[in-house]
Amino acid sequence: MRFATPPSPYLAPARHTPRIMAEVSLALVPGLAALVVQFGPGVLIQCLVALVAALLAEAAALRLRGRPSAATLWDGSAALTAVLLAVSLPPLAPVWVAGFGAVFAILVGKQLYGGLGHNPFNPAMVGYAVLLVSFPKPMTAWLAPLDLSAAPLGFAETWNAIFQRELPEGLGFDALTLATPLDSLKNPSASAAIPSVGAGWAWVNSGFLLGGLWLLGRKLIDWRIPVGFLGALSACALMAFLWDAAHPPTPLFHLFGGATMLGAFFIATDPVTAATTPKGRWIHGAGCGALVFAIRAYGGYPDGVAFAVLLMNLAAPTLDHYTRPRVYGT
Amino acid sequence: MKLWNFHGGLRLDGHKQDSTQLPPRTAALPARLVYPLPQRGGVLAQAQVAIGERVLKNQVIARDPLDQQPPLHAASSGFVVAIEALPLPHPSGLSDLCLVIETDGADEALACSGVEDFRQHPPAALRRLIHEAGIVGLGGAAFPTARKIAPGSRPIDTLILNGAECEPYITCDDSLLRHHAAAVLAGGAILRHILGAGRVWLAVENERTEALAALRSAQAGGTGDIEIVPVPTLYPTGGEKQLIQVLTGREVPNHGLPADIGVACLNVGTAAAVYRAVVHGQPLIERIVTVTGRGVREPRNFLARIGTPIADLIGQAGGYTEAAERLILGGPMMGHALPRDDLPLVKAANCLLIAGRGEFLAETRALPCIRCGACAEVCPIHLLPQQLYWYSRSGQLERAADHQLSACIECGCCDVACPSRIPLVQHFRAAKGLAAAKQREREHADHARQRHEARAARKAEEQRERAAAAQRRKANLDKAAAVKEALARAKQKRATKAPTPSPEPHPADSEASEP
Ligand code: SF4
Ligand code: SF4
Repeated sequence: MRFATPPSPYLAPARHTPRIMAEVSLALVPGLAALVVQFGPGVLIQCLVALVAALLAEAAALRLRGRPSAATLWDGSAALTAVLLAVSLPPLAPVWVAGFGAVFAILVGKQLYGGLGHNPFNPAMVGYAVLLVSFPKPMTAWLAPLDLSAAPLGFAETWNAIFQRELPEGLGFDALTLATPLDSLKNPSASAAIPSVGAGWAWVNSGFLLGGLWLLGRKLIDWRIPVGFLGALSACALMAFLWDAAHPPTPLFHLFGGATMLGAFFIATDPVTAATTPKGRWIHGAGCGALVFAIRAYGGYPDGVAFAVLLMNLAAPTLDHYTRPRVYGT
Repeated sequence: MKLWNFHGGLRLDGHKQDSTQLPPRTAALPARLVYPLPQRGGVLAQAQVAIGERVLKNQVIARDPLDQQPPLHAASSGFVVAIEALPLPHPSGLSDLCLVIETDGADEALACSGVEDFRQHPPAALRRLIHEAGIVGLGGAAFPTARKIAPGSRPIDTLILNGAECEPYITCDDSLLRHHAAAVLAGGAILRHILGAGRVWLAVENERTEALAALRSAQAGGTGDIEIVPVPTLYPTGGEKQLIQVLTGREVPNHGLPADIGVACLNVGTAAAVYRAVVHGQPLIERIVTVTGRGVREPRNFLARIGTPIADLIGQAGGYTEAAERLILGGPMMGHALPRDDLPLVKAANCLLIAGRGEFLAETRALPCIRCGACAEVCPIHLLPQQLYWYSRSGQLERAADHQLSACIECGCCDVACPSRIPLVQHFRAAKGLAAAKQREREHADHARQRHEARAARKAEEQRERAAAAQRRKANLDKAAAVKEALARAKQKRATKAPTPSPEPHPADSEASEP
């Protein structure tokens, strides 16, 4: 008999990268559902737009680089980037916002560096940051949560609003949109509105928290990053709160407002761009949390998650270098 | 007893019951026995018998000329029919010199006798006996046992008998412990005497309950000073470095040996072989080998003669199933796939794993590394495989060395954990090979440079010598000239003064003054 002689080991790996991507996407469902319930079907349309744009951009880039496209296109990483970007966008943002963001995220955030695994920055956050810097107006115009909104839009109306910028008779974009509750941090006079306005966001954050806990249970993400993230954010928020209790926000508001849970479980944990050593991951997570607080409290943008993660991405190689574990026998 | 942990490791499906359903069996005497002459470390053993000569069982048939490796013995009586190049049991499929014995069925043996009471014999004599009996480590590495138990830099305080057979599928040590526990314990006592070790531990995976029970009942009949330690079933607990860490909490220094921390670690099969050699005088001519996998009809363990063709053993295990797809020497984690089955069983062969279709991963295309860190989480050496992969792939051997590539034990944990199915170990082996080649090159260059420098120094020395000689000559000449001058001056003086007879007239002078 003759046999093939591939090198050992021969056991099949327990996990497969495309499957990990799929499971992480699945874990986004509770948060996504909460977004839809709170802000209407616009979120789903943004996802669709971002998905189409991201996959087209990925396919085009792979063709240009002469890479085999089928396997890479469906490894799930581009789709995950698209969804992470889409859930960060205002639900009624015009179609070109999500389209441009997704294409930029894939082309510049990922493929320009050599594709999956080679990008130093989280592509979804690269796309988000570029949109926020370039188009601050549509990017900060969030819908009011449904329970505060006078006339919730149906699917067709939302579609028209996103694609044609048309709203039903008598409605204007200004009437529908509202700055996110985090904006009120910059504007103390509005702080009275915080508790009620924050309610819709608490649901969304709970949804992402639920998905994140499931990821932790499946050991698909390293627990050190979200624990470090939420721990550092809570600690900073608590100190600030104790310092000046007359002026909310409370630590809970920080934890369940804005993109906190999405950032802690889905964005900062992106393995490609996070630190990889155990100690490095602690620092990475805690750094993100502290930066989120700093940007929210003192920075120029309402929410700090994207910039905090991007900044820590920048630090990840250094963290890895200085937190190398001690090798056996050395 | 307190056990320690090592970092990482994998819980693998052991598949141990596959080959332990059927009782072990003594393999039939094959028609031919084949002995590869290349030994560990690249030495070629020299045949001690001629073609056509009849040999007896237990007779030495080949020897390492440097005596680093122990000799090879015939496993049965018969005639030496060939010493020729035959394929070796190696993935490369390369051939090299092998000695072939056609057995005659008589199985006639050289008489052999052991020592009455090993305690009466000095360790050195027992080591010699073990060496002459052809014993090497039977755990798979085949390191000469006599060298492993030779006195080292510091005394050995702990002897570990390694029965933690952690590779999936392999059950030869389990089978040995179940059926020959007393021999293992007796071998342990001999090894302890030779090493002067203070304590002896015999480690067995806690899931091997039959083996543990057999050991305990064997122990009830004496040799009670060996402690039987059930260890967690976690791959690679049976790795020497990991087992030492689990039992002692000590780490073998990087680039060091267990002896450096006062530990000796030997496979349980080796201990049994030591017992037979010392007490019964039997050389190592057979071993237990597991034949298993979905590609073979009746997986089981065999007591087989070294030199038996692999195909013979597979035939005795019921032959191949239709699904048979791959032949692996060793386990699925660290074994080597063999290209063919007409190869001989060697001393290091612990398992023949005949994989069926779909039993193991088909070769797949690797996806990019997503830096998920799963590989680093399972690495028992606490390396960062993803970094090593990056460096070894891009040829940055120095950075890879800085990340301790050389400490990688090639256990394969990282590979199996990697969701992108990157053949990490393959890259590490290649990079290590490259680093070794570079190192050799460097040594070569160093040698050449040293030779060159030595020659240059010699030349310079010669030149200096020559120059000095010339100077000496010149100085002599100058002196001669000065003497001559002085003489001439004296003559002149003499000529101007009244001639006075010299006290000791020079013959030439007297001649000159004669007329
Ligand atoms: S397990 Fe594989 S994909 Fe993950 S970091 Fe290691 S090499 Fe990269
Ligand atoms: S093969 Fe090497 S790098 Fe991979 S887990 Fe084992 S020791 Fe670590």
